[in-house]
Amino acid sequence: MPPVAERTLDVRADFPILAREPGQDPLIYLDSGATSQKPGLVIEAQADHLRRHNANVHRGVYPLAQEADAAFEGARRRIADFTGAEQRGTIFTKNATEAINLVAYAWGRANIGPGDAVLITQMEHHANIVPWQILCAERGAELRYLELDERGELSLEALEQELARGDVRLVAFAHVSNVLGTINPVAEMTARVREAGAISLIDGAQAVPQMPVDLAQIGADFYVWTGHKALGPTGIGVLHGRVELLDQMPPFLTGGDMIASVDLEGSTWNELPWKFEAGTPAVAEAVGLAAAVDYLSTLGMEHVRAHELALTEYMLEGLAGVPGLKVVGPPEAASRGALASFTLEGLHPHDIAELLGREGVCVRAGHHCAQPLMRCLGVGATARASLGVYNERADIDALVAALHHSREIFGL
Amino acid sequence: MDDLYRDYILEHYKRPQNFGELDPHDLEGLEHNPLCGDELGVHIRVKDDRIEDLRFHGHGCAISQASASIASEELKGMSLAEVGELDADWMIELLGIPVSATRRKCALLNLKVVKGAVTGDNAWPE
Repeated sequence: MPPVAERTLDVRADFPILAREPGQDPLIYLDSGATSQKPGLVIEAQADHLRRHNANVHRGVYPLAQEADAAFEGARRRIADFTGAEQRGTIFTKNATEAINLVAYAWGRANIGPGDAVLITQMEHHANIVPWQILCAERGAELRYLELDERGELSLEALEQELARGDVRLVAFAHVSNVLGTINPVAEMTARVREAGAISLIDGAQAVPQMPVDLAQIGADFYVWTGHKALGPTGIGVLHGRVELLDQMPPFLTGGDMIASVDLEGSTWNELPWKFEAGTPAVAEAVGLAAAVDYLSTLGMEHVRAHELALTEYMLEGLAGVPGLKVVGPPEAASRGALASFTLEGLHPHDIAELLGREGVCVRAGHHCAQPLMRCLGVGATARASLGVYNERADIDALVAALHHSREIFGL
Repeated sequence: MDDLYRDYILEHYKRPQNFGELDPHDLEGLEHNPLCGDELGVHIRVKDDRIEDLRFHGHGCAISQASASIASEELKGMSLAEVGELDADWMIELLGIPVSATRRKCALLNLKVVKGAVTGDNAWPE
């Protein structure tokens, strides 16, 4: 096998949406940071479950119900294996946002009080800001932000200084920034948080789809991600939590499936992980996500990362040749995930996205659900091209050509 | 010729009319486009229940900036009661380009901020 860096993946045939009919506009999909495209086998796995194995889970004793149980719990096992997590601490949620809310409500309300602080960072997605704002306001606690340096990176020294103040109970941060692309030194950060006796939560929504993630090595107390950015279906997210913490936490959503027993006066809770999965879960979506992580494992996450890293380098080179274009975040590809957010002098990001869209190039424009970060960068909005395992150099060429063309239309 | 980015749209975008501050002013407003975080504010001077003068300020895309620029000339001299009656169609027709559903808010942001300043109702114009 050639060394990782020299291997490129050619998986386009696995993604039905990329096989456009002749005469249709080409699809140059550069918005995987928003949601990924799906391999045919994920679509099929979900459909096959609904066609042949559908029943409610954790209820029936008939054979079909047992098939559904096996599919659902088997999906949990495969997903936990993929990230190196414990099955009992692997909880299905609707998405990463719900997973963060689960921790903010269930852990936060029981453990955060007046005089305590929650520490997050300036690069967070709104999903990792708003639940903490609400928690801190409700509990009389303080919400503080770790600042970024001019490269768009966090400093471990600044983290240590914040922790040394002695009031920080929880530190929540992105593994990979959805705007800057910055890859944070998560294992070093969790080690410092742990030494300070605080709890860590990592938003892995942008990391899990594009690089090897080994939770045993990262050592976070909570790690959240979402299925639809990782080649899986929408409507399914994952919370990995430390079992001792989850055991002590009260439930989040309550109702069916999460109870051990209910009588008129009160109830007792089901064991992990079901204590945190109230109501009928997203069974077919869990099966689809398991197919997605199996697919990624077959490719090898180190190969996925190598493929996307090479493309990111190529993209940064191409973008550097567009006059007036400025990429935000760390300058070198190795320090960032497979995306580039940029501004272009004389062209607003919305107009960029509109003009690129006409040439079949799909990019995101706006604040990317990170308004505090945009203010910190001093820009109202950026355009963002984000890559998936199915992208190739020709996609980048089309992006760069469309940017040059857009400048011409605007007379720049 | 580009359907959306016509010459006059780009001309208004690059050199918008009635942009800046207006002090003193009688009415003011500030609105955001939640889609992109763009911001548009207005200062309005009123005389005899009419808009005597106005200035927009803020940042946005070509569609939102050109819309504000084009609308500003029409709004001058209009009675406050007339401003209160203006609807989305007025702005879209005035703009004279095919605006897609996703860009509609870009085109209507200026009307939202002006109507908000004049009537206190800052709902998206319909």
